[in-house]
Amino acid sequence: MSTARTTATAARVLRQLRHDPRSIALMLLVPVLMLTLLRFVFDGNPRTFDSIGASLLGIFPLITMFLVTSIATLRERTSGTLERLLAMPLGKGDLIAGYALAFGAVAVVQSLLATGLALWLLGLDAVGSPWLLLLVALLDALLGTALGLFVSAFAASEFQAVQFMPAVIFPQLLLCGLFAARDTMHPVLEGLSDVLPMSYAVDGMTQVLTHTDMTADFVRDAVIVAACALLVLALGAATLRRRTP
Amino acid sequence: MMNNAQTAPTEPASPAAVHARGLTVRRGTGRTPRTVIDSIAFDVPRGRITGLLGPSGCGKSTLMRSIVGTQAHVTGTLEVLGSPAGHPELRSRIGYVTQAPSVYDDLTVRQNLEYFAAVLTPGRAAADRRRAAVTRAIADVDLTGRAGALAGNLSGGQRSRVSLAVALLGTPELLVLDEPTVGLDPVLRRDLWNLFHDIAATRGATILVSSHVMDEAERCHDLLLMREGRILAQDTPDALRTRTHSATVEEGFLRLVDEANAEAKPEVAR
Repeated sequence: MSTARTTATAARVLRQLRHDPRSIALMLLVPVLMLTLLRFVFDGNPRTFDSIGASLLGIFPLITMFLVTSIATLRERTSGTLERLLAMPLGKGDLIAGYALAFGAVAVVQSLLATGLALWLLGLDAVGSPWLLLLVALLDALLGTALGLFVSAFAASEFQAVQFMPAVIFPQLLLCGLFAARDTMHPVLEGLSDVLPMSYAVDGMTQVLTHTDMTADFVRDAVIVAACALLVLALGAATLRRRTP
Repeated sequence: MMNNAQTAPTEPASPAAVHARGLTVRRGTGRTPRTVIDSIAFDVPRGRITGLLGPSGCGKSTLMRSIVGTQAHVTGTLEVLGSPAGHPELRSRIGYVTQAPSVYDDLTVRQNLEYFAAVLTPGRAAADRRRAAVTRAIADVDLTGRAGALAGNLSGGQRSRVSLAVALLGTPELLVLDEPTVGLDPVLRRDLWNLFHDIAATRGATILVSSHVMDEAERCHDLLLMREGRILAQDTPDALRTRTHSATVEEGFLRLVDEANAEAKPEVAR
């Protein structure tokens, strides 16, 4: 791996994005608008807004980065630029780290906006540090990038790639504890939710919401989400083949 | 092979840029992989322009992908610039242009080249060298006036020239060009062929260029004629015309195809 090639790749991905201001606007504004909507949906029930809002702060970066990365890498595969890059002296790690770096940066901006708005304008009541919320959001974004990169290998078209969003994300959304506490689910589903990374992403947000200090559970959640992201990134790297049949 | 009539004016002293013996490629992942290239042997001499000609679907692109090392299921001997094809050491020494232009549509011409240049020669120390290489490559393909335009907004011919410019970065020793002149107007085609000759003559590069347009064959130093996964002939255009008593390479190629068909028929009957 080479740092210079990784940063050049990240800069290139961001440059591509800069030529697409509408996508940037959607990535940054949709979470903000959804949180605002949620705030007034639960107008008479601020406690519910606190818990769901905090969970969504972790879920938004995951979903956005999943979608953006799966389409971006699919384009790279179908346009022939991936074949060209892999015929050049570029490591697979450089390419993947470049994408993770670029979309990670976008996720930081997205999360800063969403977290700032939720905490200071919408009155989301979190006991813990906003920095920890931001940390979880960033890890979630990395996980989304990793998952997107991985599934793009199994999509032959952009049409298929967007269908992977409900297939990969929705089960996790249903089982992560957002709709029902995980320990009240059917034992089989509870067991399933124990192995899905989004459960830990949402739990990490809840820990910050209810505890002033960094709890042991929070550290466990953050480590699990980060480890999952790295594992899936490695799987994603394995799907990039220099020689294709 | 049928190169006993070889009358190349200068027999290259250095070993061939590409050396293939018993090269076979199978494609398809199903239970019945197709043999796309069937035990072929050839040499691409250094410092010259070799045309790879043959009808669509005869295996030209697969052969080129094998040479640059992006093709799986390649068996037999295939040496490129002295190393086995696909060796990591070769990645910065070969320039490769795929049939479809492979550039980022949402970047400008210059931004495309800047990124690929950074992949080839990374680091801040090389920034000046990179900028010079990018400017030269854009000028080589005559796109200086469009350097700031998004690749997606260019015409088809312009986009394929951006793709070609990427391959010219880093002064490669071997240029593998898959149908680089398809869909270009005659003036542009002439200019590009002049550029290829200039690159071979002044930069000492070896060029392997494929085409299914036979009149381009006359512009090559050497020819590899392919048909259905086999090499039909390896010769210079002059020698080929003389040997087949034809006025043009196209006529000579068709004559060779007819001969091959005549030979193949009894086998089918058996």
